[in-house]
Amino acid sequence: VRCPEGKLSLYCKGADTIIYERLHPACKTLKDVTTEHLDVSGSEGLRTLVLAYKDLEEGYFEDWRARHHTASTALEEREEKLDELYEEIEKNLQLLGATAIEDKLQDGVPQTIEQLAKADIKMWVLTGDKQETAVNIGYACNMLREEMNDVFIISANTAEDVREELRNARRKIKPETIEAEPIFEVKQPKNKSAVLPEDTVEGEYGLVINGHSLAYGLEKSMEVEFLRTVCMCKTVICCRVTPLQKAQVVQLVKKYKKAITLAIGDGANDVSMIKAAHIGVGISGQEGMQAVLSSDFSFAQFRYLQRLLLVHGRWSYIRMCKFLNYFFYKNFTFTLVHFWYGFFCGFSAQTVYDEWYITLYNLVYTSLPVLGMSLFDQDVSDRWSLEYPKLYEPGQLNMYFSIGSFIKCLLHSIYSSLILFFIPYGAMYDTMRDDGKDLADYQSFALLAQTCLLIAVSIQLGLDTAYWTSVNQLFMWGSLAIYFAITLTMYSNGMYLIFTASFPFIGTARNSLNQPNVWLTILLTTILCVLPVVAYRFSRTELRPTINDKVRYKVSKSKHAPPPQATRARIRRTSSRRSGYAFSHAQGYGDLITSSRYLRKNMATFSPRSKTNAKQPGTVLKTYRAVKDTVVDKTL
Amino acid sequence: MGKENPKVGKPDNTAFTQQRLPAWQPILSAGIVLPLFVVIGLTFIGIGIGLFITSRNVQEIELDYTGDQEGAPCAGCTTNATTNCKCTLPFKIENKFEGPVFMYYGLTNYYQNYRKYGVSRDDDQLYGNIDSLKSPANFCSPYQMGAKQMPIAPCGAIANSLFNDTFRLFYKVNKVYTEVLLDDNGISWWTDYNVKFRNPPEINGSLKNAFEGTVKPLNWPKPVYELSTNPNNNGFINQDFLVWMRIAALPNFRKLYRRISEGNWSRSLPAGNYSLEITYNYPVLSFQGKKKVVFSTVTWMGGKNSFLGIAYLVFGSLCIVMALIMLIVYAKYQVQIDRDM
Repeated sequence: VRCPEGKLSLYCKGADTIIYERLHPACKTLKDVTTEHLDVSGSEGLRTLVLAYKDLEEGYFEDWRARHHTASTALEEREEKLDELYEEIEKNLQLLGATAIEDKLQDGVPQTIEQLAKADIKMWVLTGDKQETAVNIGYACNMLREEMNDVFIISANTAEDVREELRNARRKIKPETIEAEPIFEVKQPKNKSAVLPEDTVEGEYGLVINGHSLAYGLEKSMEVEFLRTVCMCKTVICCRVTPLQKAQVVQLVKKYKKAITLAIGDGANDVSMIKAAHIGVGISGQEGMQAVLSSDFSFAQFRYLQRLLLVHGRWSYIRMCKFLNYFFYKNFTFTLVHFWYGFFCGFSAQTVYDEWYITLYNLVYTSLPVLGMSLFDQDVSDRWSLEYPKLYEPGQLNMYFSIGSFIKCLLHSIYSSLILFFIPYGAMYDTMRDDGKDLADYQSFALLAQTCLLIAVSIQLGLDTAYWTSVNQLFMWGSLAIYFAITLTMYSNGMYLIFTASFPFIGTARNSLNQPNVWLTILLTTILCVLPVVAYRFSRTELRPTINDKVRYKVSKSKHAPPPQATRARIRRTSSRRSGYAFSHAQGYGDLITSSRYLRKNMATFSPRSKTNAKQPGTVLKTYRAVKDTVVDKTL
Repeated sequence: MGKENPKVGKPDNTAFTQQRLPAWQPILSAGIVLPLFVVIGLTFIGIGIGLFITSRNVQEIELDYTGDQEGAPCAGCTTNATTNCKCTLPFKIENKFEGPVFMYYGLTNYYQNYRKYGVSRDDDQLYGNIDSLKSPANFCSPYQMGAKQMPIAPCGAIANSLFNDTFRLFYKVNKVYTEVLLDDNGISWWTDYNVKFRNPPEINGSLKNAFEGTVKPLNWPKPVYELSTNPNNNGFINQDFLVWMRIAALPNFRKLYRRISEGNWSRSLPAGNYSLEITYNYPVLSFQGKKKVVFSTVTWMGGKNSFLGIAYLVFGSLCIVMALIMLIVYAKYQVQIDRDM
């Protein structure tokens, strides 16, 4: 920078630890005073920066600039040469002072975090701020709580110390893991990395680790140890983290844990993390658009994350699974009928259905209803989804579409295809029309089989659809109507006269569909395909209700009363300062009680058949620690 | 974000785009499922009883005349020694057959639904198209061209294998045989006879001339324009031919041969002794097939087929049983669910 008077100065801003290294020794007293101020601001939750400056001589600067130019156009080792130059000039700076910015938490952040924690989602904070600021933010937004059993601080300076601190933490959380296996060795066969098993822990723990220690923790030799300890904690806060480390942490979790990662950030320093995670969410805000541009989803406020995950993410998963299950079912059924027919046609690959039907089956007759279901289906409305975060669990456990459910779908298809072939077979064996003429011919049989199939799969789709909008109704009944319309048209005189060889089924619809025999067969076949599904679903809802069933039951019972709003009035703290929060004012146990964790535990003792709280800690009552301010003591 | 128009990029806030469409949300509750099963069960049992009784009332008699066993009436005809071999099959009807009686011939182990067999026809030729008459489709091969590269009319394996046994029925009273008149009208579908199959236009008032330049199928004794003396039943629209061309779906099938609807016989077929005179032309022993003749009455549900009735009864009962089981399950577990909620 060149002043109006012609003086050259270099101004510098940055984190305190970094700038302090570059200060002129004469600034010592000023440095101490500034440090004091910084600590005070940090404990109030403000984000701090240190400013420094230096006057430059013309000659030196010209020389430096020439060298800078050479370095910036160098072909090899450009980065290193530039770094060297920057290091050289940023030395012996004069301290100006410090700034502290209040970075307010957005609305609804604590509630969001609480809701997502109820949905079994683990949340970690990765920030470039100092430790005090980060811990404060942690308490302010509900991630670290007074009732946590312990909060560990990892801030060692050497690899060995870091390892020791991690092991100490682990010893406290779960002592048996230390004795059992002193070192957890992960063998890395070829390119596959082993998956870390989940450790169930008693109680809640928090962990704070700073960037320096994190660098050691992310080394190859220690990363598994680090991850294991860290994943035992409910909340992890990493402070002083560089953008590269953010991405490395995400990649570590992706590599060793069978979990889906979501990274949410709002600044350019979050871009690498957002790209590394499975799902990247960018918050568009004051810090610009870099995070938004590199993310999969973006919105303006953090609290929309709740809606993204618990409402839209969940619906999307349910719709996708229903769609897949149904699609496999309808196509397997369609195809397996030919397998059974093969036994009766000399295995000559004769199709059971009309060729036009085969063409139009997936294209016209069954396409729109499935589309309607995958676009509009909701098992519970959005308000209820937000009300019960536990509904998110099936998605995490991959319950709705897995090998097991695929096999079930296959078995269902085999059963349906058996019904769809053998009932018409039995009904058409040696039959004739009511005027004695032929009814058991190939074309009538094909028409019968295809009508039965279409009606059966349509009713099955009707059973799968939980949310019947007018669009769904239109698609469903419309598709059946279209089927009959197209079939009657194709089997009419007109089409035959125009395209003789293409429509050989002329007259079939008229001659077979006016027989009560045929319609009774269709009725029996379709009902028989569908009733076992109804019985199975009803029985399963009664015998082993899932969280989904329970909520839907509750919704249906309270249909006349509107769903309860989120009326829990939280004390809105307008600033993120924890003034007195950690010192004397406990948050209280209100949300723990209302999170219904206790109610669930009572249910576990009364009705052993419900499995929904298998993941909860087993103890019925927890002893509480008295409010302590040891947490803050450790950070200062 | 700047202070520019904040509405840029904001999605519509309609019920459709915001997933707020009003909807019916059915739930499989006991109040729906249990009555449904009971209603369906009862309905099925009712229908099943109706079907079963109706099927019981159909009178049917089936006569196997393959002649594959020693001493069977038509055993002498099974060798290729004589053509137009006639054999006689006596049978007795215990109870009078009410109403119009229908006579069918049946074949077993005959795969008319075999794919290559089923596509071996030319619908254009059978519709009377002159071009296709003279140059049949390739699907018909090897029954496409006959001797001297003359086109076969009708071409194809289905036409070639036309069933050509003929029957005459005699009623025996006091050693006097009266012939029962068999009607060969109205045995094929109206659409087949009037729309699907047409003769090529006659030339000089003669059907034979219309088929000039074609030869008969290899296994036919007579060409297609000599299938019948009745001009309304000749050529491609011969009803026996139509019945045969409507291929069966299953390997054991029956096809309508004649209706017994003339004079006194149309009201009922009296009980007594009958004799069936068969002109045994059609060879089936080479593929272990069997031939039979069936006399049957029909009802609103067709011929004698008790499968549907029994199926309805069985599944109706199963529905009722399932409803009872589910009622027990519901009564036992609903209490717990209510408490859990």
